[in-house]
Amino acid sequence: MSAEQNSGTISAGRLSPEELRENFCDLHPALSVHEAAVEADRCYFCYDAPCVNACPTGIDIPLFIRQIAADNPNGAAKTIFDANIFGAMCARVCPTETLCEEVCVRQVAEDKPVRIGMLQRSATDHFMETVSEHPFERAAETGKRIAVVGAGPAGLSCAHRLAMHGHRVTVFEARPKPGGLNEYGIAAYKATDDIAQAEVQWLLGIGGITIETGKALGRDIHLKSLAADYDAVFLGMGLAGVNALTAEGADSAGSSDAVGWIADLRQTTDLSEVPVGDRVVVIGGGMTAIDAAVQAKNLGAGEVTIAYRRGKDAMSASDYEQEVAATRGVHLRYNLQPKRIHADNGDVTGITFERTASDGNSRLSATGEEVTLEADQIFKAIGQNFVPDSVSAEGAALDLDGGRIVVDDERRTSMNMVWAGGDCIAGGEDLTVVAVEDGKIAAESIHAALGA
Amino acid sequence: MADLSTNFLGIKSPNPFWLASAPPTDKQYNVERAFAAGWGGVVWKTLGEAGPPVVNVNGPRYGAIHGADRRLLGLNNIELITDRDLEVNLREMTETKKNWPNRVIIASLMVPCEEGAWKAILKRVEETGCDGVELNFGCPHGMSERGMGSAVGQVPEYIEMVARWCKENTDLPVIVKLTPNITDIRKPAEAAKRGGADAVSLINTINSITAIDLDNFAPEPTIDGKGSHGGYCGPAVKPIALSMVSEIARNPATHGLPISGIGGITTWRDAAEFIALGCGTVQVCTAAMTYGFHIVQEMIAGLSNYMDEKGYASIEDFRGAAVPNVTDWQYLNLNYVTKARIDQDLCIKCGRCHIACEDTSHQAITHLVDGVRHFEVIDEECVGCNLCVNVCPVENCITMEQIAGIDPRTGKPADADYANWTTHPNNPAAPKEAAE
Repeated sequence: MSAEQNSGTISAGRLSPEELRENFCDLHPALSVHEAAVEADRCYFCYDAPCVNACPTGIDIPLFIRQIAADNPNGAAKTIFDANIFGAMCARVCPTETLCEEVCVRQVAEDKPVRIGMLQRSATDHFMETVSEHPFERAAETGKRIAVVGAGPAGLSCAHRLAMHGHRVTVFEARPKPGGLNEYGIAAYKATDDIAQAEVQWLLGIGGITIETGKALGRDIHLKSLAADYDAVFLGMGLAGVNALTAEGADSAGSSDAVGWIADLRQTTDLSEVPVGDRVVVIGGGMTAIDAAVQAKNLGAGEVTIAYRRGKDAMSASDYEQEVAATRGVHLRYNLQPKRIHADNGDVTGITFERTASDGNSRLSATGEEVTLEADQIFKAIGQNFVPDSVSAEGAALDLDGGRIVVDDERRTSMNMVWAGGDCIAGGEDLTVVAVEDGKIAAESIHAALGA
Repeated sequence: MADLSTNFLGIKSPNPFWLASAPPTDKQYNVERAFAAGWGGVVWKTLGEAGPPVVNVNGPRYGAIHGADRRLLGLNNIELITDRDLEVNLREMTETKKNWPNRVIIASLMVPCEEGAWKAILKRVEETGCDGVELNFGCPHGMSERGMGSAVGQVPEYIEMVARWCKENTDLPVIVKLTPNITDIRKPAEAAKRGGADAVSLINTINSITAIDLDNFAPEPTIDGKGSHGGYCGPAVKPIALSMVSEIARNPATHGLPISGIGGITTWRDAAEFIALGCGTVQVCTAAMTYGFHIVQEMIAGLSNYMDEKGYASIEDFRGAAVPNVTDWQYLNLNYVTKARIDQDLCIKCGRCHIACEDTSHQAITHLVDGVRHFEVIDEECVGCNLCVNVCPVENCITMEQIAGIDPRTGKPADADYANWTTHPNNPAAPKEAAE
């Protein structure tokens, strides 16, 4: 395929099926049994281990690693699942380089942390491949019914823990499939082999959980009636809105939200049918920007640039994620704030940025200097927001802060018998592993409240 | 450059590194490869009496203990003495000695406990031109069931008797190889000396089962569902060997008796430690069986560098230097007080020192100081046990330092004169001041 045919258009099939397969294969192939044993042996079994304290779900990491070293990978997996029922997905998508592995004493000592994420994956994969029974037993039926809104990591983590305690859970999910961002929001090369669906099905093995898809809060179901019909409600519907770009021409064809594109890409069965530009610019500085940029490059885009309005250090994507993007050929440019999107007949042709500068207090100011990049496709990855309409209808008003639901330490909202967790709560960190912990904490709180 | 040559019982060797009697020395082919690689000598794999040779199992003969990354720490074997025809061995020994006249060949021997049998084999090995004989009273498996090997080595009277037979029937130097599978290693060494033996070599292998297969509940190595104890060797046994060598070296009855040290020697440092305990040569097996013969070059270079650094011109300059420092517990200085010191710059904050001390020792290392993760020794509690040093993953991060003045733990002076248990007031056997 010649360069001429590629340039200037958004088109599918830029690469051969073989190239696509290679580009979208597992980011990090699983460790072999021997590799896992050697890596596990590097763990010092620290006391009051920093890695455990850094894990939002508090997995007993030294213990599970020691179990791997002692040739008990399924026991290791059980240790992981005890704290984090999404252990398999978290092993793939956790930014371990800013969590457990960042504080590993071997990172401190020699810049080479124990590869905790890879070890977690080796244990959880082994469990799922070799054990058919669900690892947890459901307590006797309590007769209590709980509604969970959102079948993402927060909602399903909550549902699983509630089911374990013998409660009956109905999970309402707006999308056609459960999984939330694990299914719709993660780069394809981080979640190969349909792992998100496999994990959800495995999790449901506890029993007592029913998922109803295509049910959106505020449209098909309503908070007030859920609160009336169920013994308790957990809200874990994530962020439905995307932040708007204020630059001129933001509505041009070829300019779209990265989250939607990433979701479509994950749902496609044939990557050669996913259209991508030749010169792609991604605006943003988080994981979504990285996932969009890397996948655009993997689909065969000629030139992909991430433009972030602040400096490198302020980027919420970790150094490691930035490095992954850079090694895949993505240009990372900093201190560029979008000003105008150029279009010809409504099609994107480029984007002009204004260079920014940060003062000592990390306040951003425009310098007036402009930079224009040619582009035929622009992805906006400038953050998502919570759409409060769904929880404020019918007079069922929840306290919000910064546009997200306010909760206390036990993830209780301002409404009686309504809990919330995951990205939709104020202070949420937009991480799978944090959402899982929210769901777990809320479930324990609900269980305690129902038992009282 | 240091002179590594040795003269052990009049047997001259270019270096102290010999291969022990074992599979690596069973054939001319192996032995010549060893000499080409630089080994100073070999103890040829044990010869039995003339006639049909012994047979070995055809299943696995070895089992192992591994450390990280499958580093071999301990090896167990159930192989018997040579299963090749005596005549073949004798012929190959003769040829090898002719080809390598400046290297050492010692014939290891194991025949039934009858003077005639020993007399017969000694005459034959003398004809090979070998430099000496080593009496295998050590092998703990197989041959011991037939009244040989460790079955002899466990009875000092037999050792003395056979050693005497051998001395009476050959002019070759006689080395008695000792089994560690005995309560007091000094007794067989004394017996060997009484019998006239010129030297002892030790340790032979230790009775062992390396593992139990938990699927079929059989010892490893497993032969058709069954297993038998083997002889344990390799790095794991070195501490046991050092202790036994030291017992013989410092026993007044055997002090000065030449020793060829054996047991887990893997690097130059291991060899130097055995020499420091008085050994005139060292014998190596497992390290060669793990890595091949080329390792001797590391040993030669390492020992030579060490000696140059220390200014030792020959092995004799430091041989036995550690023997006077091996003593009984009762003579250790109870007024020597040390405390652990943690180098905060080297500390990686793993907390192993804390938890080892907290759970299993003396609660003498902090975990949090002012709410911050910080590991520091509490002198008021530290007994100076060294456990933290041993479990710390960072070399030299924790050290033991002698303190002066008052020991904050006991409130007693730490720098008083040497005083040991023999005169300690708590010792009921200590001499008491005359009453009134």
